[in-house]
Amino acid sequence: MDMDDALQTFIVEARELLEQMEEALLRVEQMPDDVETINAIFRAAHTIKGSAGLFGLDHVVKFTHVAESVLDRVRSNQLRITSELVVIFLGVCDHLGVLISRVAAGAEPDEQTRQASEQLASQLRVYLDAPAPVAEPAPSGSAAPLETPAADGADTDNWHISLRLGPDVLRNGMDPLSMLRYLNTFGQIVQIVTLVDAVPALSELDPETCYLGFEISFHTSADKATIEGAFEFVRDDARIRIVPPRSRVSEYLKLIDDLPQEELLLGEILVRCGTLTQAELDSALREQRGEQGGETGSEAGGKSDGKSDGSEPPRAMLGEVLVEQQLVQPRVVGAALDKQKQVKEHKAAESGLIRVNADKLDEHINLIGELIIASAGASLIAQQTAIPELLEAVATLSRLVEEVRDSALTLRMVQIGATFNRFQRVVRDVSADLGKDIRLEISGAETDLDKTVVEKIGDPLTHLVRNSMDHGIEPAAVRLACGKPAHGTVRLNAYHDSGSIVIEVADDGGGLKRERILAKAIERGLIKGEQQLSDQEIYNLIFEPGFSTVDQVSNLSGRGVGMDVVRRNISALRGSVDIDSCEGVGTTMRIRLPLTLAIIDGFLVGVCASSFVVPLDMVVECVELSEQEARDSHGRDHLNLRGEVLPFIRLRQLFDVSETPVEVLAAESDDERGGHLPRYGQSSTLLTAEGAAALAGDPELAFLLHPVQRENVVVVQYAGRRAGLVVDHLMGEFQTVIRPLGEVFNGLEGISGFTILGNGNVALILDVPGLVRRVAGSESRRNARAVSFVSAE
Amino acid sequence: MNSEDHVMHIEIKGELSIYTVAALRQQLIDALEAATEVEVDLSEVGEMDSAGMQLMVAAKREAALRDKTLRFSGHSPAVFDVLELCKLSGHLGDPLLIRSKI
Repeated sequence: MDMDDALQTFIVEARELLEQMEEALLRVEQMPDDVETINAIFRAAHTIKGSAGLFGLDHVVKFTHVAESVLDRVRSNQLRITSELVVIFLGVCDHLGVLISRVAAGAEPDEQTRQASEQLASQLRVYLDAPAPVAEPAPSGSAAPLETPAADGADTDNWHISLRLGPDVLRNGMDPLSMLRYLNTFGQIVQIVTLVDAVPALSELDPETCYLGFEISFHTSADKATIEGAFEFVRDDARIRIVPPRSRVSEYLKLIDDLPQEELLLGEILVRCGTLTQAELDSALREQRGEQGGETGSEAGGKSDGKSDGSEPPRAMLGEVLVEQQLVQPRVVGAALDKQKQVKEHKAAESGLIRVNADKLDEHINLIGELIIASAGASLIAQQTAIPELLEAVATLSRLVEEVRDSALTLRMVQIGATFNRFQRVVRDVSADLGKDIRLEISGAETDLDKTVVEKIGDPLTHLVRNSMDHGIEPAAVRLACGKPAHGTVRLNAYHDSGSIVIEVADDGGGLKRERILAKAIERGLIKGEQQLSDQEIYNLIFEPGFSTVDQVSNLSGRGVGMDVVRRNISALRGSVDIDSCEGVGTTMRIRLPLTLAIIDGFLVGVCASSFVVPLDMVVECVELSEQEARDSHGRDHLNLRGEVLPFIRLRQLFDVSETPVEVLAAESDDERGGHLPRYGQSSTLLTAEGAAALAGDPELAFLLHPVQRENVVVVQYAGRRAGLVVDHLMGEFQTVIRPLGEVFNGLEGISGFTILGNGNVALILDVPGLVRRVAGSESRRNARAVSFVSAE
Repeated sequence: MNSEDHVMHIEIKGELSIYTVAALRQQLIDALEAATEVEVDLSEVGEMDSAGMQLMVAAKREAALRDKTLRFSGHSPAVFDVLELCKLSGHLGDPLLIRSKI
């Protein structure tokens, strides 16, 4: 792997780990004694440190090391998790995020981040110095921990394997070379020194006796057991010492001690293997000579046992010494085992996954879009030629294309849970700032949605959550007075609903104050005093730019900036947001977003020569609009659908589609543009005064009341509201590749994009949410007007 | 086996392994006794293991003791692999021809 690629992977992984760490920190605050969670935090820090070391990111290693040391104390029950500690560690998390971002940007840490590192590190060191029940052998003095890795642990990430083969190895049919080759299958032999000094000259050589030994510096992510496995068959026949990466120098010192080589020679070998640096070796040897019992008592005992027999420790002793060392150094062994375990767990989680650059995925989806268009073209031609075999082949092809499309789209789907979990932190921080006790409840975290959408929904969602916490949830005193529990609750919920994903941000606060919003809106000139608005419309006023009902501005929200931005962001994703509120009970804000931004199942309809696509998920049914029914609607654009009132909208009228005979549909109809003028005005006498007024505004309406041919109504549903779209003909299902409209058409109402048909023509994709809103809006306004009219009477 | 100007050429064919080392040891000792310079051609070695490697080291050492020269040449891929794996080519000191992989 290229180093850059590896670094990218490191950055991605580090960020994931930081997220996990943050999550665990928030969890541990609630349950300070949960060992699993504490371990998770420790592992995250440990892994980041380890990986950063691989890339020589010393500042990251240094900083993380302090954090890790504190965590280690927590883990070994020398320190208890307190909320202060959690606060510090959340800071550590954030700061690591900054450090990683700088690494990602290819920049060295600047003075500011360095100072932040120092500050956090010194905060952490306070905890390191706290008295502990068990005395730590390693650091002493407050500045020491930072220097620890360099002074105490060997600066290498490689395992060191020391292998002395017994004389009978070859005779027993083992070949040490195959063991080395086996090592290479799950790791890399970084350096190897073959010890041939014991090999005698030919005349004294027993060619079937093994005289060999190896000192190996080995890089692997496998655990000790795996490495030992490589030497399984010679275990009884050889002396094997495996020293885990980053062991303390004293470990290597023992290695030097225990093996029957000249100590200097072995030391040099270690240096040559890159296991130890010369400086490390020198200090180790000094220590060895100078202070025999410099370490803890039991260690010194084990050592002097080995030494008491002079320069060549007896072989019989060696096994015991090794075992004893394992016993004396449970910390080193524990750390090594821990690292392996963590690597294993990481592997397990990753095993089923493969990282793919999002750009590649987008390109893939784009190509599939092209494929769909091409296959639509092919099937059109097949239909024209009417060759049965061709039709069949094309049908198979279309089915496969459809399957490919579906599977490609699911590649982009991610669960919203990760996004939701981020809000634990937001809620925690904001509630601390506000001095309110607010809890976050999450449901529907497993709901899938498009990755692009997930990325873009974070900001609007943050706004809404903050808004709920700041404005929605009342201070504890007010809550108690209302008979509510003292702690407020913010709920995040997500679910799928007819081709959309719905994300709810709900709070159990005071609810929106209808009258206040109305008063404010009138004051701001957003609406006129005499305007009649439905509750929905009034609530939606808070999304108007510059609207805020809160008198004092807090540093979170209330400046009146934000809610309009929220709505703009959501509209940009072809979504919508609406509000349900009940005064005194709470507010629910509902964001609706399309499941995907790329390809949908569409329903193709025609109005004159133009084609339109309605997202199939939103289509409920299609009914015929008979002349009788059209007449019955009395120009009010309402239909009696099995006893239900269904408002409808005429696409022909809405988009001002020119009048051309249906037959020209397939032919080039450009020259027909303009067509013949609609005949209108004849029926105005039949209409009510209101209808006539509407007619005057929309001349085509008059014509449409006398349709030349049968019309169809496509009943669509969005956000629980239904509306009918009146079209000329229904052309059936169509796989639609959504293309965005150009900049010029950005403000276009009723259209959300376009697509290319099999015959190369362009079809516009209807913005059903917009249309439904429009129909329902004019409806509720009309109702309100009617109500006011009645009440005035 | 042929000798010109006290240079004896030995060719090892097939295996240089635990199965052949005993015989090869004797052959090498004989050669070192007969000539002042021995060149061992390894180009036909198809297999090699630790015992073979040990033998190479021992042969070098024997030659050094007798103050004679023993050279290995024409290392076959099998030999090359082993020496590379154990990083022993430096110790043996014979020039290795690095073959390009075709």
